[in-house]
Amino acid sequence: MQLTGDRFTSTSALVGNDIATLPEFPAEIRAPQGTLAGVSAFQVHISDHDIHTPGDISDVLVAMNPAALKSQLIRLKGGGTILLNSDAFDERNLEKCGYEADPRLDGSLDGYTVHEIAMNKLTVEATADLDVKKRDAERSKNFFALGVVSWMYTRPLEPTIEWVESKFASRPAVVSANVSALKAGHAYGETTEMFANQYVVEAAPAKPGTYTNITGNTATAWGMIAAGQLSGLPVFLGSYPITPASDILHELSRHKNFGVKTFQAEDEIAGAGAALGAAFGGALAFTTTSGPGIALKGETIGLALSMELPLVIIDVQRGGPSTGLPTKTEASDLMMAMYGRHGESPMPVVAANSPSDCFFAAIEACRLALKYRTPVMLLTDGYLATGAEPWRLPDVADLPDISVEFTTAPNATDDEGNPTFLSFMRDEDTLARPWAIPGTPGLEHRLGGLEKADGTGNVSYDPGNHELMTQLREAKVNGIAADIPLVEVDGDGDGDVLLVGWGGTLGSITSAVNRMRDEGMKVDRIHLTHIHPFAANLGDILRSYRRVLVPELNRGQLVRLLRAEFLVDATPLSKVQGLPFTGEEIVNATKALLEVTA
Amino acid sequence: MTEVAVDLTKRPSWTSDQDVRWCPGCGDYGILAAMQFMHAELAEDPATLVKPEDTVFVSGIGCAARFPYYMDTYGMHTIHGRSPAIATGLALARPDLNVWVVGGDGDMLSIGGNHLIHALRRNVNLTILLFNNQIYGLTKGQYSPTSEVGKVTKSTPAGSIDPPFNPISLAVGARATFVARTHDLDRKHMIDVFKQAHAHKGASLVEIYQNCNVFNDGAFDAITKRAARDEMMINLVDGEPIRFGAENDKGVVITNGRAEVVKVDDVGVDALVVHRNDADPSVSFALAELANDRQSPTPFGVFRAVDAPEYTEAMDSQLAAAQANGPGDLHDLLTSGATWTV
Ligand code: SF4
Repeated sequence: MQLTGDRFTSTSALVGNDIATLPEFPAEIRAPQGTLAGVSAFQVHISDHDIHTPGDISDVLVAMNPAALKSQLIRLKGGGTILLNSDAFDERNLEKCGYEADPRLDGSLDGYTVHEIAMNKLTVEATADLDVKKRDAERSKNFFALGVVSWMYTRPLEPTIEWVESKFASRPAVVSANVSALKAGHAYGETTEMFANQYVVEAAPAKPGTYTNITGNTATAWGMIAAGQLSGLPVFLGSYPITPASDILHELSRHKNFGVKTFQAEDEIAGAGAALGAAFGGALAFTTTSGPGIALKGETIGLALSMELPLVIIDVQRGGPSTGLPTKTEASDLMMAMYGRHGESPMPVVAANSPSDCFFAAIEACRLALKYRTPVMLLTDGYLATGAEPWRLPDVADLPDISVEFTTAPNATDDEGNPTFLSFMRDEDTLARPWAIPGTPGLEHRLGGLEKADGTGNVSYDPGNHELMTQLREAKVNGIAADIPLVEVDGDGDGDVLLVGWGGTLGSITSAVNRMRDEGMKVDRIHLTHIHPFAANLGDILRSYRRVLVPELNRGQLVRLLRAEFLVDATPLSKVQGLPFTGEEIVNATKALLEVTA
Repeated sequence: MTEVAVDLTKRPSWTSDQDVRWCPGCGDYGILAAMQFMHAELAEDPATLVKPEDTVFVSGIGCAARFPYYMDTYGMHTIHGRSPAIATGLALARPDLNVWVVGGDGDMLSIGGNHLIHALRRNVNLTILLFNNQIYGLTKGQYSPTSEVGKVTKSTPAGSIDPPFNPISLAVGARATFVARTHDLDRKHMIDVFKQAHAHKGASLVEIYQNCNVFNDGAFDAITKRAARDEMMINLVDGEPIRFGAENDKGVVITNGRAEVVKVDDVGVDALVVHRNDADPSVSFALAELANDRQSPTPFGVFRAVDAPEYTEAMDSQLAAAQANGPGDLHDLLTSGATWTV
């Protein structure tokens, strides 16, 4: 079903619709088919205007079996259309997902427009002339369904046919079965008189430019490749497979022509460690993970912080704690990013806010890491990582230059007047230490995790020096506040309430705010990309509102930081269901806040 | 800036300005000296010279792991157990460097065991030195994964019940392409083994019997003290029958996969194992298992040295193949999917 959803999305993007998707699949690879746990769902929202979310509720539900119907019906609006595969509604399947009576007969679908289609049978008939077995033919039924929906929404079939032909190039039988099923589904929509209407969704008015359809994980990988080009450094990824971050590793591995080295390590720790080793060697190095993986990287991040080497850590957040919800989204690693290390260990934290923004956030994380010689945490999440949106491609020439200089000559003189290299002599502006890489004669030095003397970098247990170094590391990171954009308020600046978001909630919050404005409410909104340090004007903005609401897919992590840092009475709005906010949830919470504080 | 001429053929050129902080009498001093002398010797011939700037020592945590601070090269003193992983990343990013990894038995075989075996099986170009003193020194004397069963330490007052690792067996089991053993009392032997390990393309593991004179003094005396050596050290020489003893009267045979010490007169010279660096790993394993205590005659030298594809070369050749039609272009990448223009 993921593949079918993906094809519908891509075609819709190609015809110029705005799109937003929410893929949902079980953590198990072959979860038992027909059970509620085995349902693989794909929600797609297409529009002729700018949209920000996959939508709160759907107009059409395609249910390939009873379990799909049972688990997804709550997402269909009253009066919505159901296309169901009647061949799958046998006693066994009904029982598997706990239906006591056939929902088609007991009135539970009253109020919906139901189309029963014998998709297995029709698919087998459509492929009868081909040399495929019945069982294999039935596998193409998703393409039949895609054909029907393509007809309903006047999507062209050609892009999908081309895609099938190239994807299964080595298996011609699969190509012909899928294409026949797709065409048969389309013809079925056209010839049966089942459907009263066909929908035409015009292209959304969009800024002129070239667009592509992109997921967050692909955008992240491309952002890292771009950062390599923009810094002039070879990119190195040390990683270990984990859902839903693995696609970044997969994508990077396909682009060795950029000189990108990808290393699948023996574990999460080694992935981070190898990246740090590469950073010492002068690479733009990063590691990717999710969920429990981020806990395992903590000691390496601490060492990077102590050695003051650039290292980007990408955490595709998912439901936790522990294994939690591997395939579902959550934004509950913010405190982990901020404080999940021993000792006083501040590091910059950057959060992406949409699938395509992952590209720019990755470049920004690299810029900070390289310039300040520090580990930087980039937070994305499962929703951004697997969700797709149309992306107006940037002009490569407009991307920032993030290059830095290696130190190649001594930077000081010793007591006897000889030139020498002090590995912890800091730049006055950035407080960054020099980055001299092996292969540079005369600058041989040793870095370690033991505390280092200010300047020389020699091991030092001196009490005063430790306090000084602790403060210097902190001041270096805090100083980044002067090097990042100010927060911009979306609104007039005098709203009755300010909504503060970060990360993947941008779409939900934006559409909720637009709805409230349509209702005449005065609502302002900001969205944070830099969480540590905060933008310099954030405190002033927060203090200028009587009410501040902070929607987060966690139990209130950013809100705590804001309250602690700025002493403002910010109110949390929490959701931890592994799903994004619906616009309605945010609208209701905002109204409730306005009511109790009227 | 004035160039300070350094003579790389002299040990001081390889010695950093840091005070060495091991306990007086520690075996680590001898190993450090051997390493510095080895580099000085290599510098005598332009063909073997390695430059300090192209050399990196990477270590984890423990007494041995202080080693990088004392070499006037690049160095990283990293995290307990993680040095093989960190060094792997460095070697992959910079195949031009000579990367050495230094750690003790706790660092490499306990917390870092996983990283060690994977570095070995991948055959990354690393030279790994395992200082085996059969004890935790830096944490003040607990038993280690190479301590003998029954060892009484602070954490095992009734004696250790853990069977130990034999580092050579472990490395052979991980299909390491170079495996050797030396000891801290014989500088010449150390230098010779280090040179071979350094010259080997791929991952090398060198176990060094190292005396911790504070927490496990004399652990290897029965084998490596000068007076014991003839009868207790079995010198492995490629292409030669394995013989030892003051009178050269003992040798090693392998029967049913098991190595045994025999009197040469009892079996005849032809029955002795002829040592081959590229023998089947089962032979290397049998030799490694010959001595699993501190009282038996113990093989030293190179157990195994075989040619095999090296990891960084394989990675670089994949990159070169991908770049055969020129380097990647960012604009092409961004437009590589389906695109549409508004
Ligand atoms: S504790 Fe043992 S191994 Fe550590 S420095 Fe002292 S003697 Fe050497």
